[in-house]
Amino acid sequence: MAYFFQQALNALQLGSIYALIALGYTMVYGILTMINFAHGDLFMVGAFFCFLLAVYLNLAFIPTLLLSMLGVAFLGVIIERMAYKPLRNAPRVSAIITALGVGLFLENFTLALSPYPKHIPALLTNTTWTVGSLSISSLQVIVILLSLILMLILDFVVQHTKAGMAMRAISWDKTIVPLMGVPVNKIISLTFAIGTGLGGAAGMMYGLAYPVIDPYMGIMVGWKAFISAVVGGIGNIRGAMIGGFILGGVEILVAAFFPSTYRDFVAFTLLLILLIFRPYGILGKPQPQKV
Amino acid sequence: MKKTIVSIILLVICSLGLCSCGKEDSSQIKVGVIAELTGDIPAVGASCKNAAEMAAAEINDAGGILLGDKKYKVKLIIEDNAGKADQSVSAAQKLITQNKVLAIIGPNASRYALPAAEIAESSKVVLITPWSTAPKTTLDSKTGAPKKFVFRSCFIDPFQGGVLAKFTLNHLNLKKAAVLYDVASEYNKGIAEIFRDVYEKNGGKVVSFETYTTNDKDFSSQLTKIKKAGPEIIFLPNYYSEIPLQIQQAKRLGITVPFIGADAWGSSDLVKLCGADCNDYYFSTHYAADAATDVTKKFIANYKAKYGTTPDDVAALTYDSFGLLWKAIKTAGKNNRQAVRDTLAKIPQHEGVTGNMQFQEGSGDPVKSAVILKIRDGKFTWFANAKP
Repeated sequence: MAYFFQQALNALQLGSIYALIALGYTMVYGILTMINFAHGDLFMVGAFFCFLLAVYLNLAFIPTLLLSMLGVAFLGVIIERMAYKPLRNAPRVSAIITALGVGLFLENFTLALSPYPKHIPALLTNTTWTVGSLSISSLQVIVILLSLILMLILDFVVQHTKAGMAMRAISWDKTIVPLMGVPVNKIISLTFAIGTGLGGAAGMMYGLAYPVIDPYMGIMVGWKAFISAVVGGIGNIRGAMIGGFILGGVEILVAAFFPSTYRDFVAFTLLLILLIFRPYGILGKPQPQKV
Repeated sequence: MKKTIVSIILLVICSLGLCSCGKEDSSQIKVGVIAELTGDIPAVGASCKNAAEMAAAEINDAGGILLGDKKYKVKLIIEDNAGKADQSVSAAQKLITQNKVLAIIGPNASRYALPAAEIAESSKVVLITPWSTAPKTTLDSKTGAPKKFVFRSCFIDPFQGGVLAKFTLNHLNLKKAAVLYDVASEYNKGIAEIFRDVYEKNGGKVVSFETYTTNDKDFSSQLTKIKKAGPEIIFLPNYYSEIPLQIQQAKRLGITVPFIGADAWGSSDLVKLCGADCNDYYFSTHYAADAATDVTKKFIANYKAKYGTTPDDVAALTYDSFGLLWKAIKTAGKNNRQAVRDTLAKIPQHEGVTGNMQFQEGSGDPVKSAVILKIRDGKFTWFANAKP
């Protein structure tokens, strides 16, 4: 039983990071119906910001977290303004290709600065508590709690503030909403800032949990978070959170009870089966194609 | 305006044409190097490049290699494979067809050396890999017979895996082991399986044999499984950039047993990434910088003077690969691929910085010994020798 709880705890840790990144994909899709494939690499940049702040400025945990989030959010807004805004009325494929290009640019820019894997110093002293044969590390608890707190804040912002209402309105109908006096560009920038900022926070937490970071770290994690967002129903914020935890859980539990070689194979097969029965994701709503 | 643009384009095309053809300089010996300068193990590529440049500079400072009555300078052409198998292949092809090199040194990791070795073999160009310990690198993919043109300057995994299994059993006296390895990487998989076979044949028991795939960062599920199996030691035959994550995650899960590793641990970056977490663990490797003979001491001193760090095993093995190559070229007396291959295969005992080596009859694998190092306070220190 302790074995099961230990694995469940591992799953929560991985799942909360996937969920945080998945939020970025889903928010941008919700408002622009565009998949920001550079998001995984923004997550990587978040981890590198954390490394720079912690090593060269010797900042503590909280300021590092806030500055990493701010830095990535700022980068996200700039990317939106420079790369995506000019293509807002172009075919959707153009925007996706641009996003892939931005992602490659971020990877190779970081690579050009230094190809060596970096070690993020332990910003928090880690203690491991043992309950029976269950080991709980303080780092694990912090990653899970912080992710949950950020998700709750986001849920509040989207559901109960004016800006959140504007976001939901734009995702509902992009042509009518500006006529009501909603500053569309500002809201889109804000969405990007929040989405990528959460990605930056995820990057930092990932860097603390798995402290060796490299320029390619965002690729696989980014794909998995994207899949989480699709499973949860892309465009739906609560769906992205659920999707992240489902993917984290499936990955850990498959490796726990099958030979670990089958992990990705079984995990992704399960997800494919899920999508056959609910192609629009768990919380997504089927959208009739407008012709 | 139009004319200038056209002429600029023409100029560019012409210069490109000149570059790609390259001037055939008959007083040069061209050697290609394929190294992992970027990608997941850049420290390996950097050491390889440093040692290669040092080996070439030593020859050129002495005026070059004397063939007949003419001295030939050495020219290195260094290619980055970006830590990718496909780029290793294209780098090998470029060096062979475009740069027309006499021989190739590298790539280092088995998963890149193997595809590049196939190209070298089919193009009949000598390739010496400094660090690829997987047996398949020097074997023909179809027949399983030794390749004709592919050599290495390191020992091979069946030997290394056996040394580690026996060391764990007889020296550390630990009879229950767990293994966690990258199933998608040639080297890791090979050495893990050999370790398991030798360990179990000699009375040990592998209680857990777990895998992951390259670029995974989360090992918590596998480690929890390993913890449940209750081993006395955990064998991690993985690359230095992944070891810190594995050891730290294991410690966070409350695993307190020691770890043991193989030669892919042996980068100075291991300690940088791992900190104090890797202290007091053992790994097998090619040479011990602190227990060196005269030849080795001279190499270490020169390398330190030039680059400011102690050379790791990749640097030492790259230097030995060049040592073997220079010897073969000098003995052959010709700037000719086939002649160099034939002399290299029959080269008498070579005293390298990683010990004495000699190729087995009809094979590109040298007979040489291994050392076991222990990490003490962030330093690799000599612990034991293992003879072939």
